[in-house]
Amino acid sequence: MVSEATAQKAPAEDAPVLIRMDGASKQFANGTVAVRDMNLDIREGEFISFLGPSGCGKSTALKMIAGLLSISAGEITVNGHPPGKGREQDIGFVFQEATLMPWATVFDNVFLPLRMKGMKKKYARDEVEEALASVGLSSFSGAYPRQLSGGMKMRVSIARALVTKPKLLLMDEPFAALDEITRFKLNNDVLELWARHGLTVIFVTHSVFESVYLSNRVVVMAARPGRVSRVVDLPGGYPRTEHYRTTPEYAENCRIVSAALEETMDNVDIDH
Amino acid sequence: MSTSTTDLTAPVADAFEDPAAEMNAAVERAARRERRMRVLMPVAALLSALALWEFLVWYNEVPHYLIPAPSLIAQTLVTDFGTLMTSMWFTVKLTLVSLLLAIVGGVALGMLFALSRTVEVSLFPFAVILQVTPVIAIAPLILIYVHDTFSALLICAWIVAFFPILSNTAIGLRSADHNLRDLFTLYRATPWQRLRYLLVPSALPYFMAALKIAGGLALIGAVVAEFVAGTAGQNTGLASRILESSFRQEIPRMFAALFLVSLLGVVIFLATSFLSKAVLGHWHESEIKREA
Repeated sequence: MVSEATAQKAPAEDAPVLIRMDGASKQFANGTVAVRDMNLDIREGEFISFLGPSGCGKSTALKMIAGLLSISAGEITVNGHPPGKGREQDIGFVFQEATLMPWATVFDNVFLPLRMKGMKKKYARDEVEEALASVGLSSFSGAYPRQLSGGMKMRVSIARALVTKPKLLLMDEPFAALDEITRFKLNNDVLELWARHGLTVIFVTHSVFESVYLSNRVVVMAARPGRVSRVVDLPGGYPRTEHYRTTPEYAENCRIVSAALEETMDNVDIDH
Repeated sequence: MSTSTTDLTAPVADAFEDPAAEMNAAVERAARRERRMRVLMPVAALLSALALWEFLVWYNEVPHYLIPAPSLIAQTLVTDFGTLMTSMWFTVKLTLVSLLLAIVGGVALGMLFALSRTVEVSLFPFAVILQVTPVIAIAPLILIYVHDTFSALLICAWIVAFFPILSNTAIGLRSADHNLRDLFTLYRATPWQRLRYLLVPSALPYFMAALKIAGGLALIGAVVAEFVAGTAGQNTGLASRILESSFRQEIPRMFAALFLVSLLGVVIFLATSFLSKAVLGHWHESEIKREA
């Protein structure tokens, strides 16, 4: 590995735009406006967080970008295509739960995206093993999901998302259900993978600390209707390691983002 | 024992005493003892029940036309071996063919139900009517309309075994995790890939549960239908053998035939349980053995 390529850094200002959201809105059949008029350009190589309270539409926005939910109004393009219409390898998705198939081994779970492309198992072996190695689970390829801890399952899920070598990784509150020690460890793993593979990551979270630690831009969202409230740039602090968590800059950034999040809560009752 | 647990996590360096190996051996001994228990205890209980039966019949001098002793039933099994086996084969054939048809029909219709709500809503009432109407009430009609006795009996047994397979297959195919469905959409799985790699494995635990029920029901359906048909047909199964023996007051033969029906039921139960374990044992919670 060339250390140059693996260094964490915020993307250049003039990096090409990978995702463009232009007045994107989502209204569900029951009348709920989940996302209203969302405008956002995400450049290649960004690590961006959608942060907000429950019901602010952050997951909905992510699923629209993935092409898993239709767009009610406005437009989204991913790499120049409408969502879900580009090359399928372009996107990796990590859900809130690990979402593994309990009947399949770790290997077969990670192999799934390649199998969907029609690849035979023997030809996919190298790629699957490489993906497993990148999350440190090489020796568990024959295990079943129930034999793994929550953190390990999540790492399998990340390996599966990366096995097709996507440019874009979408993560929907992936570590919300994990304990803090595991979450910190996985935060570092994701930062490392982001830098090593030159990924663009959209990370949905409701944790201020997680969003500030991980991202170079935090999109703070408000609820009812779901909308973008503020966008906070956080270009500094790279490479971000455990040390970054103890710096005054990190504390200051957390304060700024917390304040931005607080603003969104002013006009909603915080009792839910 | 708190110190020995810390020993176990450290590499075993001391050769003179190996606590890990000792513990493994103890665990293995316990496991072997439990496996033996699981076979020995039920066998012992059954044998003592038979012995008690034999003793009570002998001690009270119960006449064999009321309650025959187990030894007499065994003797009847040997002397009437030929006719009983012919009947048994008939019942086995009836049960297995009806079960097979129930699986084929139930799975096919269950898939159709899972694919289309419209089909399900329209056809489900028919399935329910078939299920709730006692087979013994429909059997005389079927015997009138269908001339071939075997086919008529087959239809009766099929009606009983079909429903659990249908409803569980339909529910099972729908039970796939929603996020996994999204994942398959994301990777643009073909309908065939979705069925093969997601829906079928998700439905399998439901299907296996249905198979265990349907196996027993197929036998019940076959026996009930035979009772309704009586001894009319030329080929007759165990149920008509029981009916015929009852007319002739041959009580030991009734017991012998009854024993074979139960045996058949037990074999079907064991076979479906074994199959379920073989298919789900490596992953599904219902078949995984937990540490006590």
